[in-house]
Amino acid sequence: MTIGLSHYLILAAILFSISIAGIVINRKNIIILLMSIELMLLAVNLNFIAFSHYLDDLAGQVFVFFILTVAAAEAAIGLAILVVLFRNKRSINIDDISELRG
Amino acid sequence: MIEAIVFYFFAVLSVTTATVVVTVRNPILAALFLVLTFFASAAIWMTLEAEFLAITLVLVYVGAVMVLFLFVVMMLDINIARMREGFSRVLPLGIVVAVIMLALMWSVVTSDIFSLEVMVKPAPRAADYSNTKALGGVLYTDYVFAFEVAAVILLVAIIAAISLTMRKRPQTRYQNPSDQIKVQKADRLRIVKMPSSGEES
Repeated sequence: MTIGLSHYLILAAILFSISIAGIVINRKNIIILLMSIELMLLAVNLNFIAFSHYLDDLAGQVFVFFILTVAAAEAAIGLAILVVLFRNKRSINIDDISELRG
Repeated sequence: MIEAIVFYFFAVLSVTTATVVVTVRNPILAALFLVLTFFASAAIWMTLEAEFLAITLVLVYVGAVMVLFLFVVMMLDINIARMREGFSRVLPLGIVVAVIMLALMWSVVTSDIFSLEVMVKPAPRAADYSNTKALGGVLYTDYVFAFEVAAVILLVAIIAAISLTMRKRPQTRYQNPSDQIKVQKADRLRIVKMPSSGEES
């Protein structure tokens, strides 16, 4: 019983679908939204590494390295924005954030 | 056989914990379960012989990003009840979206071009093969420009995060050593000429 490439791709697809469901059902909760995005990036990274292994090409792993870099930067800036938002409005509820609505 | 057991164990673990992350009430529990998801994924990356990235995932994500998440979650005063309103109403919609998405991706990734006959499982690497060394070999030669760009992105992220969250408090008193050194006698001392009052009496 050998684990093939499609096993890994199916696992990544399941993780991606779970995080899409998380984005849909947690629309009010910015923190869970950010976590769902991290989960999504994880699923994509799993695809890259699986292809990198089965095609015997290191470029996939290099790409995952850069995705990790950008994801860390994104999480840091997103959480900083969240902290500033909370400091100004005393709330991080999506419904309270409507300044840009005309 | 042992590979299959390891793969299925960590696959089930990561899918279960990911489901808990998006459905649990408490954001702190969600962050902790996300840590467990990252650990399970790191184990799966290990089975794909991506040892360096598996360790990086644990160090960078569990060690830095998730700690940042926990820090922010605990620092903010979150009204969980308001966050959860409408949860049970949109839950069926979320499940439908996820199932459609999964069905579409399933139909692609289970096609024959990804089967074991076409994508043959490569032979395991020799024991002295270093994944870190191989990755470093291409990272600092073929991808050195992208590597520098990644460094700039991290620098921009640092500056952005600090400048967003730093605030000046006007009531805070602090020393300015430069001003203290540059001070002149004229800045502090004023000599007032005035007639003495004891002369006439």
